Amino acid sequence: MATGVDSGVIKDLKKKALQTRIDVLKMLCEAGSGHTGGSLSVVEILVSLYFFKMKYRSDQPKWPERDRFVLSKGHGAPALYSVLCRAGYFPEDYLNSLRKLGGLLQGHPESRMTPGVEVCTGSLGQGLSQANGIALALKMDGKPSRVYALMGDGELQEGQIWEAAMTSSHYLLDNLCAIVDHNKFQIDGPVEQIMSIYPLRDKWEAFGWYVEDIDGHNFDAIIGALKRAEEEKDRPSLIIANTVKGKGISFIEDQNKYHGVAPDKDELDRALAELQEAKLKL
Amino acid sequence: MSRMVSTRDVYGETLVKLGEEHQEIVALDCDLSGSTRSALFGKKFPQRFFNMGVSEQDMMSTAAGLASSGKVPFASTFAIFASGRAWEQIRLCICLPCLNVNVVASHGGLTVGEDGATHQANEDLAIMRALPNMTLVVPADAVETERMVRSIYAHQGPVYLRLARNKYPVLFDDSYKFELGKANVIRDGKDLAIIATGYMVSKSLEAAQKLSEQGLEACVVNMSTIKPLDAECVTEVARKTGAVLTVEEHSIIGGLGSAVAEALGESYPVPMMRMGIRDTFGVSGHPEELLEHYGLSVQHIVEEAGKLMRRKAG
Repeated sequence: MATGVDSGVIKDLKKKALQTRIDVLKMLCEAGSGHTGGSLSVVEILVSLYFFKMKYRSDQPKWPERDRFVLSKGHGAPALYSVLCRAGYFPEDYLNSLRKLGGLLQGHPESRMTPGVEVCTGSLGQGLSQANGIALALKMDGKPSRVYALMGDGELQEGQIWEAAMTSSHYLLDNLCAIVDHNKFQIDGPVEQIMSIYPLRDKWEAFGWYVEDIDGHNFDAIIGALKRAEEEKDRPSLIIANTVKGKGISFIEDQNKYHGVAPDKDELDRALAELQEAKLKL
Repeated sequence: MSRMVSTRDVYGETLVKLGEEHQEIVALDCDLSGSTRSALFGKKFPQRFFNMGVSEQDMMSTAAGLASSGKVPFASTFAIFASGRAWEQIRLCICLPCLNVNVVASHGGLTVGEDGATHQANEDLAIMRALPNMTLVVPADAVETERMVRSIYAHQGPVYLRLARNKYPVLFDDSYKFELGKANVIRDGKDLAIIATGYMVSKSLEAAQKLSEQGLEACVVNMSTIKPLDAECVTEVARKTGAVLTVEEHSIIGGLGSAVAEALGESYPVPMMRMGIRDTFGVSGHPEELLEHYGLSVQHIVEEAGKLMRRKAG
Protein backbone atom coordinates (compact mmCIF):
# COMPACT_ATOMS: atom_id res chain seq x y z
CA MET A 1 0.00 0.00 0.00
CA ALA A 2 1.65 3.22 -1.11
CA THR A 3 1.78 5.88 1.53
CA GLY A 4 4.00 8.35 -0.24
CA VAL A 5 6.62 7.94 2.43
CA ASP A 6 10.09 8.52 1.05
CA SER A 7 12.06 5.31 0.47
CA GLY A 8 14.98 6.82 2.35
CA VAL A 9 12.75 7.27 5.38
CA ILE A 10 11.61 3.66 5.17
CA LYS A 11 15.23 2.52 4.90
CA ASP A 12 16.08 4.48 8.01
CA LEU A 13 13.16 2.90 9.88
CA LYS A 14 14.41 -0.53 8.83
CA LYS A 15 17.82 0.32 10.27
CA LYS A 16 16.18 1.39 13.50
CA ALA A 17 14.24 -1.87 13.60
CA LEU A 18 17.49 -3.81 13.29
CA GLN A 19 19.00 -1.75 16.10
CA THR A 20 15.92 -2.44 18.25
CA ARG A 21 16.27 -6.17 17.66
CA ILE A 22 19.96 -6.01 18.56
CA ASP A 23 19.12 -4.11 21.76
CA VAL A 24 16.31 -6.48 22.68
CA LEU A 25 18.41 -9.61 22.28
CA LYS A 26 21.42 -8.16 24.11
CA MET A 27 19.22 -6.90 26.97
CA LEU A 28 17.45 -10.22 27.35
CA CYS A 29 20.69 -12.21 27.22
CA GLU A 30 22.26 -9.89 29.81
CA ALA A 31 19.15 -10.14 32.02
CA GLY A 32 19.03 -13.92 31.66
CA SER A 33 15.24 -13.90 31.50
CA GLY A 34 12.39 -12.14 29.74
CA HIS A 35 10.07 -12.39 26.76
CA THR A 36 11.95 -12.78 23.50
CA GLY A 37 9.27 -13.79 20.99
CA GLY A 38 6.71 -11.09 21.81
CA SER A 39 9.38 -8.39 22.02
CA LEU A 40 10.64 -9.16 18.53
CA SER A 41 7.15 -9.26 16.99
CA VAL A 42 6.33 -5.66 17.98
CA VAL A 43 9.51 -4.00 16.70
CA GLU A 44 8.19 -2.45 13.46
CA ILE A 45 5.08 -1.20 15.25
CA LEU A 46 7.10 0.53 17.97
CA VAL A 47 9.65 1.91 15.51
CA SER A 48 6.84 3.34 13.35
CA LEU A 49 5.29 5.03 16.36
CA TYR A 50 8.42 6.41 18.01
CA PHE A 51 10.46 7.29 14.91
CA PHE A 52 7.76 8.34 12.50
CA LYS A 53 4.32 8.96 13.96
CA MET A 54 4.32 10.20 17.52
CA LYS A 55 5.01 13.70 18.82
CA TYR A 56 7.07 13.80 22.01
CA ARG A 57 10.04 15.48 23.61
CA SER A 58 12.32 12.92 25.16
CA ASP A 59 14.13 15.62 27.17
CA GLN A 60 10.74 16.59 28.58
CA PRO A 61 8.94 13.26 29.17
CA LYS A 62 5.83 14.97 30.59
CA TRP A 63 5.50 17.54 27.78
CA PRO A 64 1.73 18.18 27.85
CA GLU A 65 1.30 18.15 24.08
CA ARG A 66 2.87 14.72 23.60
CA ASP A 67 1.19 11.72 22.05
CA ARG A 68 0.91 8.81 24.50
CA PHE A 69 1.82 5.17 24.15
CA VAL A 70 0.56 2.36 26.39
CA LEU A 71 2.19 -1.06 26.13
CA SER A 72 -0.77 -3.10 27.29
CA LYS A 73 1.19 -6.28 26.54
CA GLY A 74 3.73 -5.26 29.16
CA HIS A 75 5.94 -8.29 28.60
CA GLY A 76 7.11 -6.63 25.40
CA ALA A 77 8.98 -4.16 27.64
CA PRO A 78 12.47 -4.79 26.19
CA ALA A 79 11.35 -3.49 22.78
CA LEU A 80 9.79 -0.43 24.40
CA TYR A 81 12.91 0.27 26.44
CA SER A 82 15.04 0.05 23.33
CA VAL A 83 12.99 2.60 21.38
CA LEU A 84 12.70 4.90 24.40
CA CYS A 85 16.47 4.76 24.79
CA ARG A 86 17.15 5.40 21.09
CA ALA A 87 14.57 8.21 21.16
CA GLY A 88 16.64 9.87 23.85
CA TYR A 89 14.64 9.27 27.03
CA PHE A 90 17.61 7.73 28.83
CA PRO A 91 21.24 6.76 28.18
CA GLU A 92 22.27 3.54 26.50
CA ASP A 93 23.87 2.07 29.62
CA TYR A 94 20.41 1.81 31.21
CA LEU A 95 19.72 -1.06 28.83
CA ASN A 96 22.11 -3.28 30.77
CA SER A 97 20.03 -2.81 33.92
CA LEU A 98 16.93 -4.63 32.62
CA ARG A 99 15.38 -6.79 35.34
CA LYS A 100 18.25 -6.08 37.75
CA LEU A 101 18.04 -4.87 41.33
CA GLY A 102 18.62 -1.15 41.42
CA GLY A 103 17.93 -0.74 37.69
CA LEU A 104 15.25 1.53 36.29
CA LEU A 105 14.11 -0.92 33.64
CA GLN A 106 11.72 -3.23 35.46
CA GLY A 107 10.64 -6.63 34.13
CA HIS A 108 7.37 -5.00 33.09
CA PRO A 109 6.79 -1.27 32.46
CA GLU A 110 6.42 1.03 35.48
CA SER A 111 5.70 4.69 35.02
CA ARG A 112 7.45 5.82 38.18
CA MET A 113 10.64 3.96 37.30
CA THR A 114 11.35 4.58 33.63
CA PRO A 115 11.28 7.94 31.82
CA GLY A 116 8.80 7.81 28.93
CA VAL A 117 6.67 5.01 30.37
CA GLU A 118 3.16 6.44 30.83
CA VAL A 119 1.39 3.82 32.97
CA CYS A 120 1.97 0.48 34.69
CA THR A 121 1.19 -2.64 32.67
CA GLY A 122 2.17 -6.27 32.64
CA SER A 123 -0.82 -7.94 34.15
CA LEU A 124 -2.71 -8.35 30.90
CA GLY A 125 -5.93 -6.68 29.90
CA GLN A 126 -5.53 -3.39 31.72
CA GLY A 127 -3.76 -1.15 29.22
CA LEU A 128 -6.66 -0.35 26.92
CA SER A 129 -8.76 0.94 29.83
CA GLN A 130 -5.88 3.15 30.94
CA ALA A 131 -5.46 4.42 27.38
CA ASN A 132 -9.18 5.26 27.39
CA GLY A 133 -8.72 7.29 30.58
CA ILE A 134 -5.85 9.21 28.99
CA ALA A 135 -7.86 9.77 25.81
CA LEU A 136 -10.83 11.06 27.83
CA ALA A 137 -8.58 13.47 29.74
CA LEU A 138 -7.01 14.76 26.50
CA LYS A 139 -10.45 15.38 25.02
CA MET A 140 -11.63 17.18 28.16
CA ASP A 141 -8.57 19.42 27.93
CA GLY A 142 -9.12 20.03 24.23
CA LYS A 143 -5.72 18.63 23.31
CA PRO A 144 -5.12 17.17 19.84
CA SER A 145 -2.65 14.56 21.11
CA ARG A 146 -3.27 10.94 20.22
CA VAL A 147 -3.15 7.79 22.30
CA TYR A 148 -1.75 4.47 21.10
CA ALA A 149 -2.25 1.17 22.92
CA LEU A 150 -0.51 -2.04 21.90
CA MET A 151 -2.13 -5.31 22.95
CA GLY A 152 -1.18 -8.94 22.48
CA ASP A 153 -3.50 -11.36 20.72
CA GLY A 154 -3.61 -13.76 23.68
CA GLU A 155 -4.37 -10.72 25.82
CA LEU A 156 -7.69 -10.32 24.02
CA GLN A 157 -8.93 -13.28 26.07
CA GLU A 158 -9.07 -10.97 29.09
CA GLY A 159 -12.64 -9.80 29.71
CA GLN A 160 -11.53 -6.31 30.64
CA ILE A 161 -10.35 -5.72 27.07
CA TRP A 162 -13.96 -5.97 25.93
CA GLU A 163 -15.21 -3.74 28.73
CA ALA A 164 -12.65 -1.21 27.54
CA ALA A 165 -13.56 -1.77 23.88
CA MET A 166 -17.13 -0.74 24.73
CA THR A 167 -15.91 2.31 26.60
CA SER A 168 -13.71 3.52 23.74
CA SER A 169 -16.54 3.50 21.24
CA HIS A 170 -19.21 4.66 23.71
CA TYR A 171 -17.17 7.78 24.45
CA LEU A 172 -16.31 8.30 20.75
CA LEU A 173 -12.58 8.14 21.39
CA ASP A 174 -11.33 8.93 17.91
CA ASN A 175 -8.05 10.11 19.46
CA LEU A 176 -7.32 6.48 20.35
CA CYS A 177 -5.69 3.90 18.12
CA ALA A 178 -5.25 0.40 19.48
CA ILE A 179 -3.02 -2.14 17.83
CA VAL A 180 -3.08 -5.92 18.22
CA ASP A 181 0.26 -7.68 17.86
CA HIS A 182 -1.30 -10.68 16.17
CA ASN A 183 1.60 -13.13 16.31
CA LYS A 184 -0.79 -16.10 16.70
CA PHE A 185 0.89 -17.53 19.79
CA GLN A 186 0.44 -17.30 23.53
CA ILE A 187 2.55 -18.87 26.23
CA ASP A 188 0.83 -22.26 26.21
CA GLY A 189 0.61 -22.57 22.43
CA PRO A 190 -1.26 -21.30 19.35
CA VAL A 191 -3.99 -18.81 20.28
CA GLU A 192 -6.51 -20.63 18.14
CA GLN A 193 -5.93 -23.87 20.09
CA ILE A 194 -5.76 -22.38 23.57
CA MET A 195 -8.82 -20.10 23.31
CA SER A 196 -9.93 -18.83 19.96
CA ILE A 197 -10.31 -15.08 19.61
CA TYR A 198 -11.81 -15.25 16.14
CA PRO A 199 -13.44 -13.71 14.19
CA LEU A 200 -11.21 -10.85 15.22
CA ARG A 201 -12.19 -8.12 12.76
CA ASP A 202 -15.92 -8.85 13.16
CA LYS A 203 -15.68 -8.67 16.93
CA TRP A 204 -14.03 -5.25 16.97
CA GLU A 205 -16.30 -3.90 14.25
CA ALA A 206 -19.29 -5.12 16.26
CA PHE A 207 -17.93 -3.15 19.20
CA GLY A 208 -18.01 0.00 17.08
CA TRP A 209 -14.39 0.27 16.00
CA TYR A 210 -12.81 1.15 12.66
CA VAL A 211 -10.63 -1.88 11.88
CA GLU A 212 -7.65 -2.44 9.57
CA ASP A 213 -5.90 -5.73 9.01
CA ILE A 214 -2.26 -5.30 7.94
CA ASP A 215 1.21 -6.82 7.73
CA GLY A 216 2.70 -5.77 11.06
CA HIS A 217 6.27 -5.88 9.80
CA ASN A 218 5.72 -3.68 6.74
CA PHE A 219 6.46 -0.02 7.46
CA ASP A 220 4.38 1.28 4.55
CA ALA A 221 1.41 -0.73 5.76
CA ILE A 222 1.79 0.34 9.39
CA ILE A 223 2.25 4.01 8.56
CA GLY A 224 -0.70 3.94 6.17
CA ALA A 225 -2.96 2.36 8.77
CA LEU A 226 -1.86 4.82 11.46
CA LYS A 227 -2.63 7.68 9.09
CA ARG A 228 -6.09 6.41 8.24
CA ALA A 229 -6.80 5.83 11.94
CA GLU A 230 -5.99 9.47 12.56
CA GLU A 231 -8.50 10.54 9.93
CA GLU A 232 -11.31 8.50 11.48
CA LYS A 233 -13.92 10.60 13.29
CA ASP A 234 -16.13 9.71 16.26
CA ARG A 235 -14.89 6.18 16.68
CA PRO A 236 -11.71 4.49 17.87
CA SER A 237 -9.45 2.58 15.49
CA LEU A 238 -7.99 -0.88 15.76
CA ILE A 239 -5.08 -2.13 13.70
CA ILE A 240 -4.73 -5.90 13.55
CA ALA A 241 -1.00 -6.16 12.91
CA ASN A 242 -0.25 -9.61 11.57
CA THR A 243 3.18 -10.41 12.90
CA VAL A 244 5.58 -13.29 13.40
CA LYS A 245 6.55 -14.18 16.92
CA GLY A 246 10.33 -13.92 17.23
CA LYS A 247 10.50 -11.99 13.93
CA GLY A 248 13.92 -11.41 12.44
CA ILE A 249 15.85 -14.35 13.88
CA SER A 250 15.50 -17.58 11.89
CA PHE A 251 15.72 -19.99 14.81
CA ILE A 252 13.41 -17.94 17.06
CA GLU A 253 10.65 -17.14 14.53
CA ASP A 254 7.45 -19.03 15.38
CA GLN A 255 9.33 -21.07 17.98
CA ASN A 256 7.02 -20.57 20.91
CA LYS A 257 9.51 -21.87 23.47
CA TYR A 258 11.07 -18.40 23.24
CA HIS A 259 7.87 -16.79 24.57
CA GLY A 260 9.34 -16.30 28.02
CA VAL A 261 12.93 -17.44 27.52
CA ALA A 262 15.95 -15.23 26.89
CA PRO A 263 18.68 -16.18 24.40
CA ASP A 264 21.87 -17.58 25.89
CA LYS A 265 25.29 -16.29 24.81
CA ASP A 266 25.61 -18.69 21.89
CA GLU A 267 22.10 -17.94 20.64
CA LEU A 268 22.80 -14.23 21.00
CA ASP A 269 25.93 -14.49 18.86
CA ARG A 270 24.09 -16.41 16.15
CA ALA A 271 21.21 -13.93 16.26
CA LEU A 272 23.50 -10.91 16.05
CA ALA A 273 25.27 -12.48 13.06
CA GLU A 274 21.90 -12.82 11.30
CA LEU A 275 21.03 -9.21 12.05
CA GLN A 276 24.45 -8.07 10.82
CA GLU A 277 23.82 -9.88 7.56
CA ALA A 278 20.39 -8.28 7.27
CA LYS A 279 21.95 -4.88 7.82
CA LEU A 280 24.35 -5.40 4.93
CA LYS A 281 21.42 -6.25 2.66
CA LEU A 282 19.61 -2.98 3.42
CA MET B 1 -31.66 10.17 69.85
CA SER B 2 -29.18 11.87 67.54
CA ARG B 3 -30.13 13.07 64.11
CA MET B 4 -29.60 10.29 61.51
CA VAL B 5 -27.81 11.26 58.31
CA SER B 6 -26.59 9.15 55.40
CA THR B 7 -22.85 9.32 54.75
CA ARG B 8 -23.57 8.61 51.08
CA ASP B 9 -25.65 11.77 50.83
CA VAL B 10 -22.87 13.79 52.40
CA TYR B 11 -20.37 12.30 49.97
CA GLY B 12 -22.48 13.23 46.96
CA GLU B 13 -23.11 16.76 48.18
CA THR B 14 -19.50 17.37 49.18
CA LEU B 15 -18.23 16.09 45.86
CA VAL B 16 -20.43 18.61 44.04
CA LYS B 17 -19.02 21.44 46.19
CA LEU B 18 -15.46 20.25 45.60
CA GLY B 19 -16.23 19.97 41.89
CA GLU B 20 -17.19 23.63 41.83
CA GLU B 21 -13.89 24.55 43.44
CA HIS B 22 -11.61 22.23 41.47
CA GLN B 23 -11.97 21.75 37.73
CA GLU B 24 -9.68 18.72 37.66
CA ILE B 25 -12.09 16.58 39.68
CA VAL B 26 -13.90 13.94 37.64
CA ALA B 27 -16.27 11.20 38.80
CA LEU B 28 -16.83 7.67 37.55
CA ASP B 29 -19.43 5.13 38.51
CA CYS B 30 -20.53 1.65 37.49
CA ASP B 31 -24.27 1.94 37.03
CA LEU B 32 -24.83 2.60 40.74
CA SER B 33 -24.61 6.37 40.69
CA GLY B 34 -28.04 6.76 42.26
CA SER B 35 -27.03 4.56 45.18
CA THR B 36 -23.50 5.89 45.64
CA ARG B 37 -24.77 9.48 45.14
CA SER B 38 -22.16 10.24 42.50
CA ALA B 39 -25.18 11.02 40.31
CA LEU B 40 -25.35 14.42 42.04
CA PHE B 41 -21.94 15.24 40.55
CA GLY B 42 -23.00 13.80 37.20
CA LYS B 43 -26.06 16.02 37.09
CA LYS B 44 -24.08 19.13 37.92
CA PHE B 45 -21.04 18.34 35.74
CA PRO B 46 -22.12 15.98 32.95
CA GLN B 47 -18.91 16.58 31.00
CA ARG B 48 -16.81 15.45 33.97
CA PHE B 49 -18.85 12.38 34.87
CA PHE B 50 -18.33 8.97 33.29
CA ASN B 51 -20.81 6.21 33.80
CA MET B 52 -18.84 3.11 32.87
CA GLY B 53 -21.72 0.68 32.95
CA VAL B 54 -21.37 -2.52 34.93
CA SER B 55 -17.59 -2.83 34.56
CA GLU B 56 -15.62 -2.18 37.71
CA GLN B 57 -12.28 -3.35 36.37
CA ASP B 58 -12.52 -1.03 33.39
CA MET B 59 -13.58 1.82 35.69
CA MET B 60 -10.56 1.55 37.98
CA SER B 61 -8.07 1.34 35.11
CA THR B 62 -9.79 4.20 33.28
CA ALA B 63 -9.65 6.26 36.46
CA ALA B 64 -5.91 5.56 36.55
CA GLY B 65 -5.55 6.82 32.98
CA LEU B 66 -7.43 10.00 33.89
CA ALA B 67 -5.27 10.48 36.99
CA SER B 68 -2.07 9.94 35.01
CA SER B 69 -3.24 12.85 32.85
CA GLY B 70 -3.77 15.27 35.72
CA LYS B 71 -7.40 14.63 36.64
CA VAL B 72 -8.46 13.74 40.19
CA PRO B 73 -10.97 10.92 39.82
CA PHE B 74 -13.51 9.81 42.41
CA ALA B 75 -14.49 6.29 41.36
CA SER B 76 -17.60 5.03 43.12
CA THR B 77 -19.36 1.72 43.36
CA PHE B 78 -20.40 -0.72 46.08
CA ALA B 79 -17.59 -1.81 48.40
CA ILE B 80 -17.84 -5.47 47.41
CA PHE B 81 -17.20 -4.65 43.74
CA ALA B 82 -14.74 -1.81 44.30
CA SER B 83 -12.50 -3.88 46.54
CA GLY B 84 -13.04 -7.38 45.26
CA ARG B 85 -13.88 -7.24 41.59
CA ALA B 86 -11.32 -4.58 40.79
CA TRP B 87 -8.62 -5.38 43.35
CA GLU B 88 -5.87 -6.08 40.88
CA GLN B 89 -6.73 -3.06 38.73
CA ILE B 90 -6.43 -0.93 41.87
CA ARG B 91 -3.15 -2.61 42.67
CA LEU B 92 -1.48 -2.35 39.26
CA CYS B 93 -2.94 0.78 37.70
CA ILE B 94 -3.49 2.92 40.81
CA CYS B 95 -1.36 1.85 43.78
CA LEU B 96 1.86 0.87 41.99
CA PRO B 97 2.20 4.27 40.28
CA CYS B 98 0.71 5.93 43.41
CA LEU B 99 -1.92 7.87 41.47
CA ASN B 100 -4.48 10.30 42.88
CA VAL B 101 -7.50 8.08 42.54
CA ASN B 102 -10.13 8.16 45.26
CA VAL B 103 -12.04 4.90 45.37
CA VAL B 104 -15.31 5.64 47.13
CA ALA B 105 -16.89 2.37 48.19
CA SER B 106 -20.44 2.67 49.42
CA HIS B 107 -22.47 -0.13 50.97
CA GLY B 108 -19.61 -1.48 53.07
CA GLY B 109 -20.10 -4.07 55.78
CA LEU B 110 -22.91 -6.14 57.18
CA THR B 111 -25.45 -3.31 57.30
CA VAL B 112 -26.03 -3.62 53.55
CA GLY B 113 -28.60 -5.89 55.14
CA GLU B 114 -31.32 -7.49 53.07
CA ASP B 115 -29.21 -7.97 49.93
CA GLY B 116 -27.34 -10.69 51.80
CA ALA B 117 -23.87 -12.20 51.77
CA THR B 118 -23.26 -11.58 48.07
CA HIS B 119 -23.35 -7.82 48.61
CA GLN B 120 -21.94 -7.47 52.12
CA ALA B 121 -18.29 -6.43 51.92
CA ASN B 122 -16.84 -7.70 55.18
CA GLU B 123 -13.37 -8.26 53.79
CA ASP B 124 -12.71 -5.03 51.91
CA LEU B 125 -10.56 -3.34 54.54
CA ALA B 126 -8.34 -6.42 54.75
CA ILE B 127 -7.64 -6.67 51.05
CA MET B 128 -7.28 -2.92 50.54
CA ARG B 129 -5.03 -2.56 53.59
CA ALA B 130 -2.55 -5.02 52.10
CA LEU B 131 -1.88 -2.69 49.15
CA PRO B 132 1.24 -0.50 49.37
CA ASN B 133 0.62 3.26 48.93
CA MET B 134 -3.08 2.85 49.81
CA THR B 135 -4.76 5.03 52.43
CA LEU B 136 -7.88 3.61 54.04
CA VAL B 137 -10.57 5.72 55.69
CA VAL B 138 -13.97 5.04 57.23
CA PRO B 139 -16.07 7.89 58.63
CA ALA B 140 -18.08 7.59 61.84
CA ASP B 141 -20.72 10.15 60.95
CA ALA B 142 -21.88 12.77 58.46
CA VAL B 143 -19.67 15.55 59.79
CA GLU B 144 -16.58 13.43 59.54
CA THR B 145 -17.58 12.29 56.03
CA GLU B 146 -17.59 15.86 54.79
CA ARG B 147 -14.14 16.57 56.29
CA MET B 148 -12.84 13.26 54.96
CA VAL B 149 -13.96 13.79 51.37
CA ARG B 150 -12.16 17.15 51.37
CA SER B 151 -9.05 15.61 52.92
CA ILE B 152 -8.79 12.77 50.45
CA TYR B 153 -9.11 15.21 47.56
CA ALA B 154 -6.10 17.09 48.93
CA HIS B 155 -4.13 13.92 49.65
CA GLN B 156 -1.58 12.86 47.03
CA GLY B 157 -1.96 9.14 46.37
CA PRO B 158 -4.66 6.47 46.27
CA VAL B 159 -7.42 6.38 48.87
CA TYR B 160 -10.16 3.87 49.66
CA LEU B 161 -13.09 5.55 51.40
CA ARG B 162 -15.64 3.15 52.83
CA LEU B 163 -19.20 4.38 53.21
CA ALA B 164 -22.36 2.57 54.24
CA ARG B 165 -25.90 2.11 53.06
CA ASN B 166 -27.60 2.94 56.34
CA LYS B 167 -27.89 6.31 58.06
CA TYR B 168 -25.57 7.09 60.94
CA PRO B 169 -26.29 9.16 64.07
CA VAL B 170 -24.54 12.52 63.92
CA LEU B 171 -21.85 12.38 66.61
CA PHE B 172 -19.78 15.48 65.99
CA ASP B 173 -20.44 19.20 65.78
CA ASP B 174 -18.97 21.74 63.39
CA SER B 175 -15.82 22.11 65.46
CA TYR B 176 -14.81 18.50 64.66
CA LYS B 177 -11.40 18.23 63.08
CA PHE B 178 -10.37 15.33 60.89
CA GLU B 179 -6.78 14.70 59.95
CA LEU B 180 -5.74 11.78 57.74
CA GLY B 181 -3.78 9.27 59.81
CA LYS B 182 -4.88 10.70 63.16
CA ALA B 183 -7.24 8.90 65.53
CA ASN B 184 -9.58 10.86 67.74
CA VAL B 185 -10.12 9.98 71.39
CA ILE B 186 -13.77 10.94 71.68
CA ARG B 187 -14.36 9.77 75.24
CA ASP B 188 -11.86 9.49 78.07
CA GLY B 189 -11.66 6.51 80.38
CA LYS B 190 -9.06 4.74 82.47
CA ASP B 191 -10.27 1.13 82.63
CA LEU B 192 -10.20 -0.01 79.01
CA ALA B 193 -9.98 1.42 75.51
CA ILE B 194 -12.58 0.70 72.86
CA ILE B 195 -11.14 1.38 69.42
CA ALA B 196 -13.86 1.45 66.78
CA THR B 197 -14.43 2.49 63.22
CA GLY B 198 -17.43 3.50 61.08
CA TYR B 199 -20.88 2.74 62.40
CA MET B 200 -19.39 0.89 65.37
CA VAL B 201 -18.13 4.17 66.81
CA SER B 202 -21.64 5.25 67.78
CA LYS B 203 -22.38 1.77 69.14
CA SER B 204 -19.17 1.92 71.18
CA LEU B 205 -20.08 5.30 72.63
CA GLU B 206 -23.43 3.90 73.72
CA ALA B 207 -21.71 0.88 75.23
CA ALA B 208 -19.25 3.14 77.07
CA GLN B 209 -22.19 5.00 78.59
CA LYS B 210 -23.69 1.72 79.82
CA LEU B 211 -20.30 0.57 81.15
CA SER B 212 -19.97 3.83 83.03
CA GLU B 213 -23.29 3.13 84.73
CA GLN B 214 -21.72 -0.15 85.87
CA GLY B 215 -18.66 1.65 87.19
CA LEU B 216 -16.30 0.95 84.30
CA GLU B 217 -14.78 3.91 82.49
CA ALA B 218 -14.02 3.11 78.85
CA CYS B 219 -12.04 5.40 76.62
CA VAL B 220 -13.44 5.43 73.06
CA VAL B 221 -11.22 6.00 70.05
CA ASN B 222 -12.62 6.81 66.63
CA MET B 223 -10.10 5.13 64.33
CA SER B 224 -11.30 6.66 61.09
CA THR B 225 -8.01 6.13 59.28
CA ILE B 226 -7.36 2.40 59.18
CA LYS B 227 -4.17 2.90 57.16
CA PRO B 228 -1.78 4.45 57.97
CA LEU B 229 -2.83 3.44 61.47
CA ASP B 230 -2.28 5.97 64.26
CA ALA B 231 -0.07 3.52 66.20
CA GLU B 232 0.98 6.26 68.57
CA CYS B 233 -2.58 6.77 69.75
CA VAL B 234 -3.15 3.01 69.98
CA THR B 235 -0.06 2.55 72.14
CA GLU B 236 -0.97 5.51 74.30
CA VAL B 237 -4.48 4.29 75.12
CA ALA B 238 -3.14 0.76 75.71
CA ARG B 239 -0.56 2.14 78.12
CA LYS B 240 -3.17 4.25 79.88
CA THR B 241 -5.87 1.60 80.24
CA GLY B 242 -4.11 -1.78 79.97
CA ALA B 243 -6.90 -3.37 77.89
CA VAL B 244 -8.01 -2.83 74.30
CA LEU B 245 -11.24 -3.83 72.59
CA THR B 246 -11.60 -3.27 68.84
CA VAL B 247 -15.03 -3.08 67.20
CA GLU B 248 -15.64 -3.07 63.46
CA GLU B 249 -18.31 -3.97 60.96
CA HIS B 250 -15.81 -6.18 59.11
CA SER B 251 -14.14 -9.55 59.44
CA ILE B 252 -11.87 -9.90 62.45
CA ILE B 253 -9.26 -10.94 59.89
CA GLY B 254 -7.28 -8.14 58.34
CA GLY B 255 -9.22 -5.03 59.29
CA LEU B 256 -9.11 -2.65 62.25
CA GLY B 257 -8.67 -5.39 64.86
CA SER B 258 -5.76 -6.90 62.99
CA ALA B 259 -4.13 -3.52 62.46
CA VAL B 260 -4.40 -2.66 66.16
CA ALA B 261 -3.16 -6.12 67.21
CA GLU B 262 -0.18 -5.77 64.87
CA ALA B 263 0.68 -2.37 66.33
CA LEU B 264 0.29 -3.44 69.95
CA GLY B 265 2.11 -6.71 69.40
CA GLU B 266 5.18 -4.75 68.34
CA SER B 267 4.88 -1.88 70.80
CA TYR B 268 2.90 -2.53 73.95
CA PRO B 269 1.01 -5.83 74.20
CA VAL B 270 -1.99 -5.74 76.54
CA PRO B 271 -5.03 -8.03 76.82
CA MET B 272 -7.19 -7.35 73.79
CA MET B 273 -10.29 -8.63 72.01
CA ARG B 274 -11.34 -8.11 68.41
CA MET B 275 -15.06 -7.72 67.82
CA GLY B 276 -16.20 -8.14 64.24
CA ILE B 277 -17.53 -10.80 61.93
CA ARG B 278 -15.84 -13.99 63.00
CA ASP B 279 -14.62 -15.46 59.71
CA THR B 280 -18.02 -16.21 58.25
CA PHE B 281 -20.35 -14.88 55.56
CA GLY B 282 -23.35 -12.72 56.32
CA VAL B 283 -26.99 -13.47 55.55
CA SER B 284 -30.02 -11.40 54.58
CA GLY B 285 -31.75 -9.46 57.29
CA HIS B 286 -32.44 -6.00 58.68
CA PRO B 287 -29.16 -4.21 59.45
CA GLU B 288 -29.77 -3.90 63.20
CA GLU B 289 -30.94 -7.52 63.40
CA LEU B 290 -27.77 -8.58 61.64
CA LEU B 291 -25.55 -6.66 64.05
CA GLU B 292 -27.35 -8.44 66.88
CA HIS B 293 -27.06 -11.80 65.12
CA TYR B 294 -23.31 -11.43 64.53
CA GLY B 295 -22.54 -10.15 68.00
CA LEU B 296 -22.05 -6.47 67.23
CA SER B 297 -24.82 -4.83 69.26
CA VAL B 298 -24.27 -2.36 72.09
CA GLN B 299 -25.03 -5.11 74.59
CA HIS B 300 -22.43 -7.38 73.01
CA ILE B 301 -19.80 -4.64 73.33
CA VAL B 302 -20.72 -4.20 77.01
CA GLU B 303 -20.36 -7.95 77.60
CA GLU B 304 -17.03 -8.23 75.77
CA ALA B 305 -15.72 -5.27 77.74
CA GLY B 306 -16.66 -7.08 80.97
CA LYS B 307 -14.86 -10.25 79.85
CA LEU B 308 -11.82 -8.24 78.85
CA MET B 309 -11.73 -6.53 82.25
CA ARG B 310 -11.70 -9.93 83.94
CA ARG B 311 -8.74 -10.96 81.75
CA LYS B 312 -7.00 -7.73 82.58
CA ALA B 313 -7.47 -8.45 86.29
CA GLY B 314 -5.81 -11.83 85.61
